[in-house]
Amino acid sequence: MSLKTPLGKVRGLGSAKDGTHHWWAQRVTAVALVPLTLWFVYAVMALAGADHATASAWLASPFNAIAMLLLIIATFHHLHLGLQVVVEDYVHAEGTKIAVMLAVKLGVFALAIAAGFAVLKVAFTA
Amino acid sequence: MAEFALPANSKMGKGKTWPTTDAGKRIKKFNIYRWNPDDEKNPVVDTYEVDLDECGPMVLDALIKIKNEVDQTLTFRRSCREGICGSCAMNIDGTNTLACTKFIDDVDKDVNIYPLPHMKVVKDLVPDLNNAYAQLASVEPWLKSKTPPPPDKERLQTPEDRKKLDGLYECILCFSCATSCPSYWWNSDRYLGPAVLLQAYRWLIDSRDEATGERLDNLEDPFRLYRCHTIMNCSKTCPKGLNPAKAIAEIKKMMIARQS
Repeated sequence: MSLKTPLGKVRGLGSAKDGTHHWWAQRVTAVALVPLTLWFVYAVMALAGADHATASAWLASPFNAIAMLLLIIATFHHLHLGLQVVVEDYVHAEGTKIAVMLAVKLGVFALAIAAGFAVLKVAFTA
Repeated sequence: MAEFALPANSKMGKGKTWPTTDAGKRIKKFNIYRWNPDDEKNPVVDTYEVDLDECGPMVLDALIKIKNEVDQTLTFRRSCREGICGSCAMNIDGTNTLACTKFIDDVDKDVNIYPLPHMKVVKDLVPDLNNAYAQLASVEPWLKSKTPPPPDKERLQTPEDRKKLDGLYECILCFSCATSCPSYWWNSDRYLGPAVLLQAYRWLIDSRDEATGERLDNLEDPFRLYRCHTIMNCSKTCPKGLNPAKAIAEIKKMMIARQS
């Protein structure tokens, strides 16, 4: 129960003067993911049935390693932006929201680093 | 948290059937949401039989006939009966629209009528629009100009600039669009919704207005503007055939334009 006026509630804490960068970054990563994903799917299909040495050698080539790193960066950045929107949409309890958002941020960051490290490890040892 | 099940006090109960006393052959059933704040009971759906030969062609005609001749307690808003006041917006046959411009014949089977979705209900088909109206007030939908008007005439606008208001000024603020938007359902406390954003854009694009920057400042917010995920229910449901989703996209483009 609150006697705050409807307009007072709507004006609330005011505009965050933010959100444009987030929205734009989501579009940019989406555009980047179109060629990167197509390339990745094509590459995986081409490598189907190949042995470990062939796959390692493929990933060790500079073009493939760089494209793979770009794919990882774009994917996980896009994933982070998207999951943030999902959490903001559906999780309204402040405590839960902070906890979930923290888990998303740290989880996505850890996965991105692990994926990048894997590529580099293969690229520099193969 | 978003609600995926109805709260206990919104679970639908069984309603009454009101048979028609007319002996016509074209009997149509109207299943109408009923809820009365005074009796502390859950909402129900009452079924009213209407003889279409004794009734006007629009859903609103049937509602008025029911209220006049069958059940005076049926509560709904209506005024102009010609699609210009926006009072009789409700969910008919699964779509938000105006009862006065919706033909009964356009509904194949029974006509199911509910209030606008996910709004607090005042009674029966009357939704509480206080929040929506406050959101409209928050975008200050009036001309703001530091330059005083010419002393001897109105503020001029070229025909080209006037054209930019077409598709925007026709909005009658029935809130069919906002209440069809899942994003508005989950976050109506912070997301302004398509109706209000279309109004905001109507003033952003008005060549006579001088407060464009302040208006954009006020809208640039992860919730106020960017909760729009281009679901497009708004443009699909608009009973006036307007395109709120496009207006929102134009606002987002203006946000980018002033940064780059």
